[in-house]
Amino acid sequence: MSENRSHGVNMSALKRDDQQADQGPEETLLEVDNLKLFYGNKQALNGINMTIPRERVTAFIGPSGCGKSTLLRCFNRMNDLVDGVRIEGEIRLDGNNIYDRNVEVSSLRRQVGMVFQKPNPFPKSIYENVAYGLRIQGINDRRLLDEVVEKSLRGAALWDEVKDRLHENAFGMSGGQQQRLVIARAIAIEPEVLLLDEPASALDPISTLKIEELIYELKSTYTIIIVTHNMQQAARVSDYTAFMYMGDLIELSDTDSLFTNPAKKQTEDYITGRYG
Amino acid sequence: MKQWIKSGAPWVWLTAGAVSISLIMVIGLLLMIAVRGLGHFWPADVVSFQYERSPGEVVRIIGEIHDEEVVDAQRVREAGSPHIPEHLTEVTRYLVKVGNREITGLDFRWLVSPLVKERNEPQDLIAVERYEWGNFYGFLHSVKENGTLVADGEQAYDELQKRVERALTLRDNIHNIEKNEIGSINGQLERLRLKEKTLDYNNDNDPAKRAEIASDRQLYEKEYEILQTQLVDLYAAINRDSFMAEVMDGRIVEIKLAKVARVFQPNAMSVMAKMGHYGDKLWEFFTQDPREANTEGGIFPAIFGTVMMVIIMAMLVTPFGVIAAIYLREYATQGPITRVIRIAVNNLAGVPSIVYGVFGLGFFVYFLGGSIDQLFYPETLPNPTFGTPGLLWASVTLALLTVPVVIVATEEGLSRIPSAVREGSLALGATKAETLWRTIIPMASPAIMTGLILAVARAAGEVAPLMLVGVVKLAPSLPVDMVAPFVHLDRKFMHLGFHIYDVGFQSPNVEAARPLVYATALLLVIVIIALNLSAIAIRNRLREKYKSLEH
Repeated sequence: MSENRSHGVNMSALKRDDQQADQGPEETLLEVDNLKLFYGNKQALNGINMTIPRERVTAFIGPSGCGKSTLLRCFNRMNDLVDGVRIEGEIRLDGNNIYDRNVEVSSLRRQVGMVFQKPNPFPKSIYENVAYGLRIQGINDRRLLDEVVEKSLRGAALWDEVKDRLHENAFGMSGGQQQRLVIARAIAIEPEVLLLDEPASALDPISTLKIEELIYELKSTYTIIIVTHNMQQAARVSDYTAFMYMGDLIELSDTDSLFTNPAKKQTEDYITGRYG
Repeated sequence: MKQWIKSGAPWVWLTAGAVSISLIMVIGLLLMIAVRGLGHFWPADVVSFQYERSPGEVVRIIGEIHDEEVVDAQRVREAGSPHIPEHLTEVTRYLVKVGNREITGLDFRWLVSPLVKERNEPQDLIAVERYEWGNFYGFLHSVKENGTLVADGEQAYDELQKRVERALTLRDNIHNIEKNEIGSINGQLERLRLKEKTLDYNNDNDPAKRAEIASDRQLYEKEYEILQTQLVDLYAAINRDSFMAEVMDGRIVEIKLAKVARVFQPNAMSVMAKMGHYGDKLWEFFTQDPREANTEGGIFPAIFGTVMMVIIMAMLVTPFGVIAAIYLREYATQGPITRVIRIAVNNLAGVPSIVYGVFGLGFFVYFLGGSIDQLFYPETLPNPTFGTPGLLWASVTLALLTVPVVIVATEEGLSRIPSAVREGSLALGATKAETLWRTIIPMASPAIMTGLILAVARAAGEVAPLMLVGVVKLAPSLPVDMVAPFVHLDRKFMHLGFHIYDVGFQSPNVEAARPLVYATALLLVIVIIALNLSAIAIRNRLREKYKSLEH
């Protein structure tokens, strides 16, 4: 882990060049093994088992309070911040349990990036927002930072819009631009996994469309897990979809078959709008 | 009527009224101290009265009218003027500043208007500000050099002005030599003495070191001799001139120019000349040392001391308060203990300030200062270095007094930062400490500044604890000067708030000093406002920079 900390950027960049082929053979990146989560005495996740494939988009759908966001936040241990949370079971990233005692949370979060529901840029310039993750790692080399900032902003389809005002405050941007900036910020540190927690729910339809296009672009390089309320969105952007209900994983299959031919009655009821 | 009450209009009137009353009171307060304080520097006309002191005995009284009031005639008769005409029941009386304290003994005299037989304002009356005995009023007769007459009559005044100018220049030179050059030699000699004492203390009898000290000392003493002879010459030069003037009872007195600060003819001055004089006096008030037991001259050391103390206090209280608040808000588990600590912090802000003064004296000055002296300055003992009230301890005591304000304000600021920002930073692989340093504290900085503003406002106006931990009536030297180590935190200092108290209540000549009380109060308010405005300006810039997620 500590080796990753110093060389993480360059090494993962090399790795990706090898795997440029778009929809190569599938391999499992994340395994969730009997994951239970309790908020105090209340159980929020009841023994989830699932696997998430590398370089695909997996969507979590389900009614409010079903635990899909909670599950998402388990992948980068964001739930550790909540008082009184207890977690049982394992999540394995490349075969290593991320809840292991020896895991350093900050380096895990460098491998598993996250974008939140509401855009949350820092009160800094656009440039500094993107460079933040690198500066945290102690990288202050101007040339390297310039390069990464440009690459990340291009990766988030934002470069052309902001290249002339990189040093202006990020709060001057529109909501959709801010959300893409946050995505650029997340991919600047080149994580393996990108967690998107309803990334478009606070945006207008045009910005939503741009984010969806972006997700489509990004899945060639990143493993993406997206939580969404919007089933059309899940159908549009994801390769796999998981339906959750009341803390249980009801069904996980490829998106086409889940929406056209659900295996479970509950799934069918939900996607046809009978509840939720 | 009922409709009117229901409409809510009375409520608007009530609240608006409260605001208006507050505003009027604040503006009235500032206006009052401004008018009373600033009026003092305007050169008042000097009036010559023919006054019937006792029946049939008319004397001449010369002075500035300071005040006038209407009083019961009977009371004045009983108080020593029985010859006031019978038919009067009320009389006006004037408070006249007659000056010439060394001759008349009293600066002020009450005159009753019916007994004033004649009153005029002679153009050739001169007023003299002096370095001792207060103002002098009289008619100029002649100017002398070494006791021989050089000018009289018409030319006397111009000649006098020229020679006053010269005397003031000499005086500056003397002051410079005594304060700076001899002061720095004394500092060096003291340093050598301490070096020698340290050698004694360590039983170090290395003859080379001792010889070095002795030769250095000889060098400085030689320099001192040279300065001393210069001083003797300068004193001889400054004592050369004097002038003769007639005072109100007709006597002629001689006054040495060495004691004169300024000579002017108030009745002959045009408005422009008076304005120039006013500007000079005001400038002197801001920039000069006080003289005559603080009742004359300027208050620069007090301004300097106040600002210096507040700045040191701010430098101490900000990091301390911010760190405490960060622990309390960000790291400590929220529960009954943190709640108790918060209550304790809030109550600390309500402890009377004199209690802090007592604590500062007992703990900082005697215990901490005493220990520092034992450890680092054993050679100067029994003379204390830090074990005595001084600037450092006053600042530390005030920092302690204001730390609750900074803690509370910083905590408020931290709690207002949206958790999305923290999560955003943590999700990028930052640790909690990195998140705090790079994002949270910058975003909370406007709130920290608010705390600092409140702390400064409270500290600058505080007087009571300072009297115990370092403020004095008259400090011999500023806490910053040209003698190494340049900033002397162990020195005693002057403070505007204490200066007001001292001039107003402890001075030998309260009546003469009262306008200075107002002027000093005005200045204290201005200093606090200036400190606050600069802090507010910084805060607004920070706010602009770290505009938070508000859309």
